[in-house]
Amino acid sequence: MRDVAIVSYAQAPMQRDAGGRTDVELLVPVMDQALAGAQLGRKDIDFVCSGSCDYLAGAAFSFVMAVDALGATPCAQESHVEMDAAWALYEAWLKFQCGEIDTALIYGFGKSAPGDLPDVLSLQLDPYYTQPLWPDSISLAAIQAQMSIAKGCFSEREMAQVVAESRRNAQRNPHAQLKGEYAVDGLLSEPTFVSPLRRHDCSPISDGCSVLILASKEKAAALCERPAWIKGLDHRMESHFLGTRDLTTSASSKQSAEALQLDRDKLDCAELYAPFSHQQLILQQALGLKENTDINRSGGALAGHVLMAAGLDRFGAAAQEIFAGRADRALAHATSGPCLQQNLFGVLEGAA
Amino acid sequence: MTSRPSPDIPEPKEMVERPVYLTYRYRANPQSNRFLHAIKQGLILGVRSKGSGKVLVPPPGVCPETGTLTPGEMIELSNNGTVLSYTIVHLPIPNSKLKPPFVVANILLDGADQAFSHLIAECELKDVQIGTRVRAKWKPEEEWDYGLENIEYFVLSGEPAVDIESHREARLQEAAKHA
Amino acid sequence: MSAGQPPAPEALLEAEFELGFTYSRTLGPVIGTCFAVLANHRFLGIKRSDGSVLFPPLEYDPETAESLSEWVELGDTGTVEGYCWVKHPRDKHNELAPFAWALIKLDGADTPFLHKVRVPDESVICPGLRVKPLWVAEPQGDITDIAAFVPASEVNS
Repeated sequence: MRDVAIVSYAQAPMQRDAGGRTDVELLVPVMDQALAGAQLGRKDIDFVCSGSCDYLAGAAFSFVMAVDALGATPCAQESHVEMDAAWALYEAWLKFQCGEIDTALIYGFGKSAPGDLPDVLSLQLDPYYTQPLWPDSISLAAIQAQMSIAKGCFSEREMAQVVAESRRNAQRNPHAQLKGEYAVDGLLSEPTFVSPLRRHDCSPISDGCSVLILASKEKAAALCERPAWIKGLDHRMESHFLGTRDLTTSASSKQSAEALQLDRDKLDCAELYAPFSHQQLILQQALGLKENTDINRSGGALAGHVLMAAGLDRFGAAAQEIFAGRADRALAHATSGPCLQQNLFGVLEGAA
Repeated sequence: MTSRPSPDIPEPKEMVERPVYLTYRYRANPQSNRFLHAIKQGLILGVRSKGSGKVLVPPPGVCPETGTLTPGEMIELSNNGTVLSYTIVHLPIPNSKLKPPFVVANILLDGADQAFSHLIAECELKDVQIGTRVRAKWKPEEEWDYGLENIEYFVLSGEPAVDIESHREARLQEAAKHA
Repeated sequence: MSAGQPPAPEALLEAEFELGFTYSRTLGPVIGTCFAVLANHRFLGIKRSDGSVLFPPLEYDPETAESLSEWVELGDTGTVEGYCWVKHPRDKHNELAPFAWALIKLDGADTPFLHKVRVPDESVICPGLRVKPLWVAEPQGDITDIAAFVPASEVNS
C-alpha cells in the first residue's frame, strides 16, 4: 500500500440558496483556497476527480462546466463520479495505489435550491416497485426512525440531543448553515414534520462546494505541516430493497468497522455523515463508538448538507482536526442512498 | 432446477412506462443576466478574461483556460464574424422553419476569442468554407427576447475570406496584451 | 470596441422549466409476472433457497445472488411493520389528505414492501395494523394498480 494523506481542504459557506451563481463560480475561490493551503498551483496537480449529480439542479453534464474551474488548458487528467465526492476521493486513492500520481485534487459541488430535493432523491430508488410511488427521502428516513424507536434502539429525546449538539458544535464552524444553543426540551416541544421526525431532525438543504487535496508520502510532508494520513478505506453497500434490510442498524457499517480493525479506544473524533439525527445514532451504535470519541465537531450534515460534497466534507473536517493537532486519529464517513444504504469509511491518523 | 410452480402463472408483462418529470427554477448568474438583457436590446456582449486576456462570448463566469473568475470588462461585439468550422445538416429541426439541408457553424465574432454555434442560411452550401465571413441577421425587433435566437441566422457578408491561422495568431497577440 | 455604457444592472432573470424523461422499462420474467397478476388483484411472492418468501419478487436472492423462480401465492391482507405519517403530502405523492408510508408484510411473505396507507388520523396507524389493498378502477399491471392500502376492517371481504 502507498501512503496517501489529505494535505489541504477548503469549503464554501453552506447556504440555503446560492442564487444565480453557477457551480463553477462557487468553485473557483474554494479551489484557490485549497491550493493555497498546500502552496500548489493548478498545474501542479496530477489528477482531478469530482463528485456531483445533474438531477440536483436539472443541468445536464454540469460536471463538464465545472472543469472550467481547473483551467484545464491544454488539458488535465480528470475523472468524475455521479456520487458524493467522497467516492471521488476513493477513486483518486486507488489511482495513488496504482502508482500513477503523487497529487490529486478532489472536489464536490451541489446546488439543490433550483429543484425539489426530496423528490429528486426519489430517483435513487428501484424504478419498478418503489420509485413510481414517489416516496421522498424524508419519508423513508422517518420510517427508519419509527422502527428504531419502536425497537428501543434510542428515543426521540436522544435524537433531539444529537441536534442540539450538532448546532452547538457548529458554532465553531464558520461555514455552517444552522448553529446555536438549543435546549433539548424546546426541540422536543416542536411539532412533528413527517412523524416521528421533526423538522430539526432533518438536515437542511444547502448549496455549496468543497475541495480537498491528496498527496503521496513523497510529496505530503512538503505541502502540509501535519498531514492526515489515510490508514484505511472501506466501502460497502446494502440491498436497494428496504424490505430486505434491517433498517434499525447499519449492517454494512458493522462490517466496515471490522474490516478496518477500528480501534475505538484510540479514536479521538468521528465525522459521521448522517442526514437525519437518528441516523447518527444508528451509525454510532453499529460502529460501537465510545465516550472518548467526539462525534461531528464540525456540526455534521445537520448543520449544513451540500449533496455530493457532504461526504467529502466529513473527510475534510476530520482532516482539519488532525492538521490542527486536536486529534491523532479520526474516522470519516460518507453515505449514499436511502436509509444509509451505502457507507464509506476512512481512518485518518496524524502519525505517518 | 425450477420446481413446477403451483400457482397459476400467466405470461409476464413485458414493459411499463416510467416517465419522470421534475420542475426546476433557473436563475441567471450576473454575467449571463447582463448578456441576456443586452441581447434583448440587440447587442451581443462578451467579457474579457483577466486571466487569459481573451474575450469570451457568451460570458461564462469563469475563464476555462485559467480557471479564474471573469468579473471584468464587458465588451460589445460586432455583428460580423468568421466561420471556424461548419457542418451541413440534412435532418429537420423540430419546430423550425428551416428546411434542410442547412448549415450549422462555429462562428467567431470580430473582437471575440471564443466561437459559438449558430445557423447560416440564404446561401449556396458550397459557399460556406472555413474562413468565410458572415453577418448576423436579426429577427424583427418586436420578436426579440432573452436569447441568441434573436439572431435568426447568419448570412454571408460578402467580405473576402479570412485566413484562420493568421487571424488566430493576431488574436493571441491581442489577448496577451490584456492578460 | 468597448461598450461606452454597459447596460444598467437589471432584474435577475428567472425561468421555471420542466425536465422530462420519458422512459419505458422492460420487466423481465419475474417483475413482469408480478405485475401481470397484480392486474388481476393477485400477489405472487418468490421463494428463496432458505424457504423464505420475497415480496416484491426479485430475479436474484439479495443475499446469495441465487437465481429465483419458485412462485408462491400470497394473501391480499398484510401487516404494517414500520411507518411514518405525512401531514403535508407532496404533489408527487398523489394523495389529497395526510397519509402514512408503510412497510407492509403480506400474508405468506417474509419481507415487507413499501406502499401508502390511507387512514383518517395518525393515531390509527401502528405496527401490527392489518391492511388490505385499495385497487384502482382500471388496473394496468403495475405497482400503482394499488392506490393505497386501508385498514382491513374497512374492507368488505
